Amino acid sequence: MSCNHDQQRRQFLSRGAALTAAVSIAPGLMLYDFARARPPGEAANPAVRWGMLIDTTQCESGCDACVSACNKENGLSGRTLPTDSQWIRKLELQQEDTGRKISMPMMCQHCAEPPCVDVCPTGASFKRADGIVLVDKHRCIGCRYCMMACPYKARSFVHEPVTDHSGATPRGQGTVESCTLCVHRVDQGVAPACVEACAREGHQAILFGNLNDPKSAIAQRIRSVASVKLRADLNLDPGISFVGI
Amino acid sequence: MHHRTFAQIEIRYFYLLLAFGLAVVLAGLVAAQQMEAHGHIISGMNNQVVWGLPHVFAIFMIVSASGVLNVASVGSVFGRHVYKARAPLAGLLSLALLAGGLMVLMLDLGRPDRVIVAITNYNPTSVFAWNVLLYSGLFATVGLYLWTLMDRTMGGWSKPAGLLVFVWRIILTTGTGLIFAFLVARQAYASALLPPLFIIMSFTWGLAIFLIVQFAMFSWNELQLNPAIQKRLKNLLGLFVVSVLYLVATYHLTNLYFSRQVAFERFILTQGGFYTGLFWGGYVVLGSIVPLLLIFMPGLGQARCVLLASLLVLLGAFSLLYVFIIGGQAFPLLIVPGYTVHSSFGDGQLASYAPTVFEWALGAGGLGVAFVIVTVGVRILNFLPHDDPRQLMEGN
Repeated sequence: MSCNHDQQRRQFLSRGAALTAAVSIAPGLMLYDFARARPPGEAANPAVRWGMLIDTTQCESGCDACVSACNKENGLSGRTLPTDSQWIRKLELQQEDTGRKISMPMMCQHCAEPPCVDVCPTGASFKRADGIVLVDKHRCIGCRYCMMACPYKARSFVHEPVTDHSGATPRGQGTVESCTLCVHRVDQGVAPACVEACAREGHQAILFGNLNDPKSAIAQRIRSVASVKLRADLNLDPGISFVGI
Repeated sequence: MHHRTFAQIEIRYFYLLLAFGLAVVLAGLVAAQQMEAHGHIISGMNNQVVWGLPHVFAIFMIVSASGVLNVASVGSVFGRHVYKARAPLAGLLSLALLAGGLMVLMLDLGRPDRVIVAITNYNPTSVFAWNVLLYSGLFATVGLYLWTLMDRTMGGWSKPAGLLVFVWRIILTTGTGLIFAFLVARQAYASALLPPLFIIMSFTWGLAIFLIVQFAMFSWNELQLNPAIQKRLKNLLGLFVVSVLYLVATYHLTNLYFSRQVAFERFILTQGGFYTGLFWGGYVVLGSIVPLLLIFMPGLGQARCVLLASLLVLLGAFSLLYVFIIGGQAFPLLIVPGYTVHSSFGDGQLASYAPTVFEWALGAGGLGVAFVIVTVGVRILNFLPHDDPRQLMEGN
C-alpha cells in the first residue's frame, strides 16, 4: 500500500516537474501563435506582420537574459565597447518628473515605414513581406547611412574582422547589422531567442506574434492594454509596442 | 659658371610640388588599405559617431566642387567676361575637388570593394543613390563645359553647357544638403534650411579655394591681379561669408524656438566643450568675422589680406562641418521622451570621438588627389585667367 502510495507520489512529482518545465520554458513557443514553419523557398507571407509587445512592468532591472540569449544565438561577442555590435540592449529609464524607474529591452523596432530602408543606396536594407526588417549582407557597402537614419540606434557596424561564426546569422566586417527578429527561428516556427530567454527567466515581458491575426495573443493583448510605440511622432509604425511607459 | 634658366628652376618646383601631392595621396591610400584590412576599429568612429573626420573632408570637397563653379556660372550664364576668363580654371578645380571628395567617401566605406553595387543595385528612394547619379553627372557636364570653353570650334555651346552645369550643381548641392535634411530622427539635421545652407556654403568655400589657387598661379607666373577684379572677387567672398553666417544663425535660432531642440542647441552653443569652442572660435570668429575684417576694413583688402581671408574661410568651413557632422552625432538620440536613459550602448550619453591618424591621412589623401589634378592640369593646359584690359575698362 505504502509502495503504491510512493509510486503515485513520484508520478505526481515527475508530472508536476514536467508541467513546471513546460510552463516556464514553453511560453515563448506557446505564445507564438502560428501553426507551421515556413518551407524553404516559400516567400514570406504578406498577410502576416510579426511584432512584439514588451511589458516593462514585467521586465526586471539588472536582468539581461534577452541580451545574452541574442548574443549567443547570433554569435555576438557580448562586449560593450562603442565599436561592438549590440543587437539588443537593456535601457534603464527614469521618468524626469516622477522619478519612476523602468527597465526594458531595446532593439530594431521593425518599422512598417523603415527609414533605414528608404535611405539605403543599394537596397541592402529591406523589409520582408511579413514586416521583418533585415540587411542583405552581400549587398551592404558599409556606408552607415541607415545608422544615421534610425531613430532607435538599433544598428551596429562591424568594426573588426569576424572570427566567431558560431551564430545562426551571417556576419561580416564592414557591413551593418541589427536584430533580425531571429528570422531563422521564426521561419522554423520557433520564437526569437530573446522571447524564449525572458520566458525562461519567468518574466514573460516579451510577447511575440502575428499582429495581423486578430485571434493571436499579441493582437488580443494590444487590444486590451494601453501600449505605446516609441517616437510615434515620426509615424514609422514600429512593429514593437511597449506597455508601462 | 652655369646659370639655371627660369624654366629649369620652375620645372624643379613643379616636380617637387607633384611629389608632395603624390606622397599625400599615397598616405591616404595606405590608410584606406589599413582600414580595409583591420576594419574601422583603427579609426575613431564607432556605433555612436558613425561618420567621422573622413566625411568632414569628403563633404567639404564635394560641396566646394559645386561652389567653385560659381565663378564659371557668373561668366557663362550671366555673361560677365571677368568671370568667363576664369571659367576653365573653375571647371578644373571642380573636377579635382569632386574626385578627391569621392575618393575619400568611397574608401571610407566598410566594403569599398563593393562600390559597384551602388550602381548595379539602385534604390530610388535613397538620396545617397541620387547623389551617385548627380556626382557622376557633374563629371560629365563639367567635362562637356570645359570642352566648349577650350575648343574654339565649340565656343557657341559654352552658354548652354554653362547653364546645364549651373542647374546641375544647384541640384547636386541640394542633394548633399538633403543627405542630412532627410534624417528625421536626429536633432541636428532634420531641417529644410540645410539645402539652401549647403548651397551658400558651396559658393563661399568654392570661391575661397578659387581665390587661393588664383593667387598661387599669379604669384608663380609673377603676375599681378587687376585691382578692379581683385576688389570684385573679394567683395563677392565677403557677401557669401555674411550669407552663410545669416543662414547658420537662422538655423540655430529656429531650433531654439522649438523647445524639443533647446537641449541640442544648448549643447552646441554653450555647453559642448570642444564643439562649442570650435563653433564660436573656429567658425564664427576665425572663419567669418576675421575674414570679413580682412576683406572690408579700410586699409586692408589687398591681395595678401584676401589670401589670408580665404584660408581662414576654409578653416571656418572645416570647423563648421566638424561641429555639424560630428557634434550632431555626439548628441544623444531622444528615443523615449520624458525619461533620462542609461544603457550599455551609450544611450542618453554624449558620445566621444577622437579621429585617428588613419582618418587624417585618408582625408588629406583626398585633398592630395585634388592638389595633384590641379597642379598637373595647370601645367599641361592653359588654365591661367587671361583678363582683357578693354573689357575691364568697359566695366564688364
